[in-house]
Amino acid sequence: MVAHAEHIPHRSGLAAFLSRWLLTTNHKEIGSLYLWFAFSMFFVGGALAMGIRLELFMPGIQLIEPAFYNQLVTMHGLIMVFGAVMPAFVGLANWQIPLMIGAPDMALPRLNNFSFWILPFAFGMLLSSFFMEGGAPNFGWTFYAPLSTTYGPDSTDFFIFGVHLMGISSVLGAINIMVTIFNLRTPGMKLMEMPLFVWTWLITAFLLITAIPVLAGAVTMVLTDRHFGTSFFSADGGGDPVMFQHIFWFFGHPEVYIMILPGFGIASQIIPTFARKKLFGYNSMVYATASIAILSYVVWGHHMFTTGMPLAGELFFMFCTMLIAVPTGVKVFNWVATMWRGSMTFETPMLFAIAFVILFTIGGFSGLMLAMVPADFQYHDTYFVVAHFHYVLYPGAIFGTMAAVYYWLPKWSGHMVDEWWGKLHFWTAIVFVNLTFFPMHFSGLAGMPRRIVDYSHQFQDFNLVSSFGAMGLGLTQVLFLFIVIKTIRGGEPATDKVWESAEGLEWTVPSPAPLHTFETPPPWPINETETHEGAA
Amino acid sequence: MSDQAPRYYVPHTSYWPIVGAVSLFVAAFGAATFIHESTDFIAAESQYGEWVFYIGLIMIACMMFGWFKNVVSESVRGMMSGLMDVSYRQSMAWFIVSEVFFFGAFFGALFYARLWSVPWLAGAGNNLWTHTILHPNFADTWPLFLTPDGTQTQTMGPWGLPFINTLILVTSSVTVTFSHWALKKRDRIVAGAWLALTVGLGIVFLILQVAEYIHAFDDLGLTLGSGIYGSTFFMLTGFHGAHVTMGTIMLAVMLFRIFSGHFTPENHFAFEATSWYWHFVDVVWLFLFTFVYWF
Repeated sequence: MVAHAEHIPHRSGLAAFLSRWLLTTNHKEIGSLYLWFAFSMFFVGGALAMGIRLELFMPGIQLIEPAFYNQLVTMHGLIMVFGAVMPAFVGLANWQIPLMIGAPDMALPRLNNFSFWILPFAFGMLLSSFFMEGGAPNFGWTFYAPLSTTYGPDSTDFFIFGVHLMGISSVLGAINIMVTIFNLRTPGMKLMEMPLFVWTWLITAFLLITAIPVLAGAVTMVLTDRHFGTSFFSADGGGDPVMFQHIFWFFGHPEVYIMILPGFGIASQIIPTFARKKLFGYNSMVYATASIAILSYVVWGHHMFTTGMPLAGELFFMFCTMLIAVPTGVKVFNWVATMWRGSMTFETPMLFAIAFVILFTIGGFSGLMLAMVPADFQYHDTYFVVAHFHYVLYPGAIFGTMAAVYYWLPKWSGHMVDEWWGKLHFWTAIVFVNLTFFPMHFSGLAGMPRRIVDYSHQFQDFNLVSSFGAMGLGLTQVLFLFIVIKTIRGGEPATDKVWESAEGLEWTVPSPAPLHTFETPPPWPINETETHEGAA
Repeated sequence: MSDQAPRYYVPHTSYWPIVGAVSLFVAAFGAATFIHESTDFIAAESQYGEWVFYIGLIMIACMMFGWFKNVVSESVRGMMSGLMDVSYRQSMAWFIVSEVFFFGAFFGALFYARLWSVPWLAGAGNNLWTHTILHPNFADTWPLFLTPDGTQTQTMGPWGLPFINTLILVTSSVTVTFSHWALKKRDRIVAGAWLALTVGLGIVFLILQVAEYIHAFDDLGLTLGSGIYGSTFFMLTGFHGAHVTMGTIMLAVMLFRIFSGHFTPENHFAFEATSWYWHFVDVVWLFLFTFVYWF
C-alpha cells in the first residue's frame, strides 16, 4: 500500500497546468518532462548544426562569420550532450525503471522533480550567452585551457555556472536512479534478473555520480584561473594547460559512455522481443557493460595522443582503449546471436534497434582505428573524428532513444504507432544519417580539419553531400515530432502487452500506464500461465 | 517496517523542488554576474550581481529549511517506512561518493603539479629544451616557493596551526560518535553535550583556519595568485573549509533536533547522515594534512 499526501485543492486552467507540471512528484510525468525537454533541446542543437552545415555547404565564407561559427560548434556540442542525449536517457529511466522493476515511483520523488527543473534554468542561462557581449562560448564543448581561461569570452562564466547547475541535476538524478534500482525492486527480483535496460542504467548512474563531480572541479578551476589569479592551467605559475585536458577527459570519457550505455540496454530489450527469443548471454551482457564502464576510467588519454604525453602513457592508453573492443564485441555478438534463427519481424523499434547495432559498430570500428597512437597522429582533429563520434552518437545514442520511444510509446500513450509513418521515418533517417556522416570519413582521411569554418576546395564534394544529408536529417526529425504527437493524440489502441513477445513487468500494467502503478509490489517472477516465449 | 507506515511513501506534490530550482538559478546567475562586475577590467555599469547572489543564497537556505522541515514532520508523523530509511541511507552514501570525486579533481591537480608539471618545467623527462629556453632559472621544489614567472611565496608548515586543526577534527569525529552512542541509549542530555562539543570543535577549526589564511596572506605572501602551490593550497583547504562550515551547520541543526526530541534510538537517520558527512570531511582533512601540508 502506498500512501499519498492529502490531495491539493482542485484547480483549473493555467493554475492546474502549472501545478501539475511544476510540482509533480510522479515518475511518469517527470519522465515526460525530461523527454520533451530533451526533444526541444534536440531541435535547438539541431538548428545550430544546420547553421554549421549550411556554412560548410561550399568552401569559403558565405553565411556565418568565423567567430560565430565557433560559437555554433561549441553550443551544438554542449546542447546535444547535456541538453538532448543525457536528459532523454534520464527521461526514459524515469518512465521505465519503476515500471520494469515493479516500484511505485522513484525512490526520492521530490528530488526527482528538483533534478528536472534545474535543467531549463541551466540551459536558459547557457543559451542566453548568445545574446551577451562577446557572444556565446566559442572554445568547443571541451573548453580546453587556455581557450576558456585566458581567451574565453565574458559569457564563459555563465557557461561555468550553467555547467554547475547541469551537474547538480545529473548527480541528484543519478543518485535517485541508483537508489531506486537497489532499493525498490519488487521483492524477489534479484540483481541478475533485472531487465538489461535497468542494468545499463545502474552502471550509467555510477558513472554519472563519479564523473560529473570531476567536471564540476574542472569548471571551478577554470573559473578561478579566469578571475582569482590561480594558475592551475598556466605554466607561468607551475601549472599546465595539458592538466586541464587530463582532468576534463577523466570526466569526458566516462561521459561518452554515459551517452551510450542506456542505448545498449534499449537494444537489449527490443531485439529479444522482435526476434522472439530470449536475450543471448544475459550474464555476459551485464559483465560486458560493467567492464566497459570500468575501462572508461583508464582510457582518457586517447583523446590527447597528439597533445604530448610520455611514451609509456600513450602505450597504456592505446592498449586499454583497444581492450574496450572486447566487451563491446561481446555485446554485438550477443545481439546478433539473439537474432540468429529468431522468428523476426521488423516493426519500427526493431528497425531502429538493428540500425543501432550495425551503425554503432561502424562507429566502434572507427574508434578502434583512432585508438592506435600512430594512426591517431594522422586522424586527430580531422573530420574522421567527427564521423566517428557522430556514428556512435547519432545512430547510437539518438537512434537508441528513438527505438525506445517507438517501443514504449504505446505503453505511455495507449496508442500504437502508425507503422507506415514509423517506417517512413526510419528509412529516411537511415538514408540521411549515412549521407551526412559517412562522407566525413573520407574528407577526414583526406585531411580536412574539424571545427574550422572554411576548407580547401578538394573537400567540396564530400561536404556538399554531408550538408545535403544534414538538411534531410533535420527534416526527418520534424517527421518524428509529427509521429509522436499523432500517436499521443490517437491511433489504434494498444493492448497491455503491446508487442506479441514482449517480456517484463512494464507489460503487465494497462496501456496507457495509469499515473500510479505497482502501489503494491507485483509478484516476481511474473506468473504467466501461458508462458511460451523463448522456448526453443 | 512498522504497521502504521506505508510500504513506500510517495509525496503527492511539493513546492520545494521548484523553489529550489529557482533559488539555485538565482544564486548561479548572481554569482556569475557578481564575478563579472567585480573582476572585469572595464568598469561594469551596474553592480546588482552581488545582491542577486546573496538573495539566491538566502532563497536556497529558506528552501532547504522548508524542504527539510517538511520531511522531518513526515518522519515525526511516522510516514517513513524501513524501505524509505534504506533509500535515504543509500542516497547519502552515494552523495558522499560524488563528493569524494569532487575533491578527487583537486587532488588530481595537486598530484599532477607535483609529479609532472613542476618537474617538467624544470627540465625533467624530455623537457630539457623547454626548461632551457623558457625558464632556465626555474628549479623543481615542492612546496613551490618560486614560480616560473618569478612569483615568490613562503610555504605553510604542517606543525603549527594545521597540526592543531588535525587534532581538533579527529577529536570531533570521536565526540560525534560518543554523541551517537548516547543517543542510542536514549540519553538525550549526554548526546546533546557531546554534540555541542563537536559543534564547538567545528567552529574552533574554522576560526583557526581563518587565522591561518590571515597568516598566509599577511606574513607568508601566500595567496591564490602564488602559483600552483597557492592555487592547490587554497582550493583544497578552501573547499574543505566550505564543507566543514556546511557540516557544522548540519551538526548544529541536529543539536537543535536532539533537544526538540525528534530522535529515538531507532529513528535518527538525519543524525547519522550528518555524522557520516562529518567523518567524510575529517578523512578529507587527513589527506589534506598529509599531501598539502606535510609531504
